Amino acid sequence: MPILTAQRLSKRYGALQVTDDVSLSLEQGEALGIIGPNGAGKTTLFNLIAGTVMPEGGSIVFDGAEVTRMPARSRCHRGIGRSFQIPHPFSGMTTYENVLVGAAFGRNASERDSEQRAVDVLELTGLKRKANTYAGQLTLLERKRLEMARALASDPKLLLLDEIAGGLTEPECAELVATIQAVRAEGVSVIWIEHVVHALLAVVDRIAVIDFGRKIAEGEPRAVMASPEVATIYMGIEGTP
Amino acid sequence: MAGFSIQRSTRTSRATALVALLVLAALVAAPWWAGRADLRLLGEIFSFLALATLWNLLAGYTGLVSVGQQAYVGFGGYALFALAMFLGVHPLLAIVIAGIAGALIAIPIAPLLFRLQGAYFAIGTWVLAEVFRLSFAQVSALGGGSGASLPAGVVTGIASERFVREAMIYWTALAIAVAALAFVILLLRSRTGLALTALRDSEIASESLGIGIWRTKLAVYVSVAGLTSATGAFIFLQKLRISPDAAFSVNDWTAYVIFIAVIGGIGTIEGPIIGTILFFLLRETLADLGTTYLMILGAVAILVMLRAPKGVWGIIAERTGWSLVPIRRRVVFPQ
Repeated sequence: MPILTAQRLSKRYGALQVTDDVSLSLEQGEALGIIGPNGAGKTTLFNLIAGTVMPEGGSIVFDGAEVTRMPARSRCHRGIGRSFQIPHPFSGMTTYENVLVGAAFGRNASERDSEQRAVDVLELTGLKRKANTYAGQLTLLERKRLEMARALASDPKLLLLDEIAGGLTEPECAELVATIQAVRAEGVSVIWIEHVVHALLAVVDRIAVIDFGRKIAEGEPRAVMASPEVATIYMGIEGTP
Repeated sequence: MAGFSIQRSTRTSRATALVALLVLAALVAAPWWAGRADLRLLGEIFSFLALATLWNLLAGYTGLVSVGQQAYVGFGGYALFALAMFLGVHPLLAIVIAGIAGALIAIPIAPLLFRLQGAYFAIGTWVLAEVFRLSFAQVSALGGGSGASLPAGVVTGIASERFVREAMIYWTALAIAVAALAFVILLLRSRTGLALTALRDSEIASESLGIGIWRTKLAVYVSVAGLTSATGAFIFLQKLRISPDAAFSVNDWTAYVIFIAVIGGIGTIEGPIIGTILFFLLRETLADLGTTYLMILGAVAILVMLRAPKGVWGIIAERTGWSLVPIRRRVVFPQ
């Protein structure tokens, strides 16, 4: 049974159709990559799946339950964890406390029962030595890592990652890929929006391409990357008409 | 798996706790070392400390910038008068009941106000306070528009001997300030405190991490309304007289309170304490200047907002790294 089935999602901001009849399906434990040019509507798709934004049309079924109109908080409790493209750290709290919020509220657990989970996630994401640093003082890269750590702490069944590899050095990128693979090994399904294609290819089973709010291609990663549509629209090899 | 422990207190915070206990002990003993006028002034200081601490929780932590907390100050005051005059309730008990009544009345009000955001919320709270003022002005049993005085019997009912009576009123003020501070500190140290700080820093991230924003804000709004009402009840017990204009004064119960929180430092526990001390220092030294005093207050507020938006405590904390009240958690890993 698929963990996530999104059917014919649509969302409009004024005259702009940001999501146009997009359908997606994800199996338990699967990893899907999403690529597309800036402004194509990738993050809006995440907002729709996570419940930050409500769709005008279409439906979303997650883990056997209809969640289309459910608020973000309830979706988090059901197992959808997300990171934000522009980090939203709780800057007045330490890194550990940021992660603790995910562990305590995302899992509906007491603080005491969440401490171990928070520390485990700090270790997994390489943030342990920054545990007592205020999140407002973290570097951009550390903030992106914190985005992932907070979402992971909520013990998600589906993890939505929004451009977390941008700006990383090669070794950092390899480390990040290893972390995401470790998360997958625990059975967590992943949807990853990313411009750093080689990192994406190291992790995902499938790739979907979004452009002008529509899904224009989907399939086995290398085949999708080699398709002329992707070359034209995403890579900008040829000028668009 | 390596072990770890969670630490809350620091050396500064332990020293602060000790000093705070000594100050508290001295304040408890004030009826024996301070004059009658001093006790009255201290009572007033404690009321403002409570109001500013509570407003700071509402605006500085929960993002609910209310300019209508005078609604609850006035409501509490009138509740005390009504309970004491018509039902013969002991005034000190009436303070507690007024607090509970204030919290109860806030429950249906909150969902209406929460429909408004930002500046609209602020204006909505002010409108609410005006509705309260106009409503209480209609109650002729409570003196209508011109107000009422607390019968002497009610006050002497607290204790027949003047020293004991004044000491009890003073201790009540101290208890209210301590209760308000303790409530805010314990709340911010708790799991709910994590949610509140998260909410303050990013609502969108809080919600997607499973925090119930609406429920958290409701809990804070209602409990702050209750404690503000209890403080209001005390204020008018000390004043012995109430009128709609005095009870629901936006100047006295909101403008000064915001001034205190702003100059002390919004969004910190220490801020309202420092702000209250500074405000009363200014008032006691400059109040004789009349309108010039108000102009100085305004200038100080503008200067602080421009030069030190985090308030006096913000500057001190930045320079020294001090945190007098331990809210944050530190993870300590064994070496």
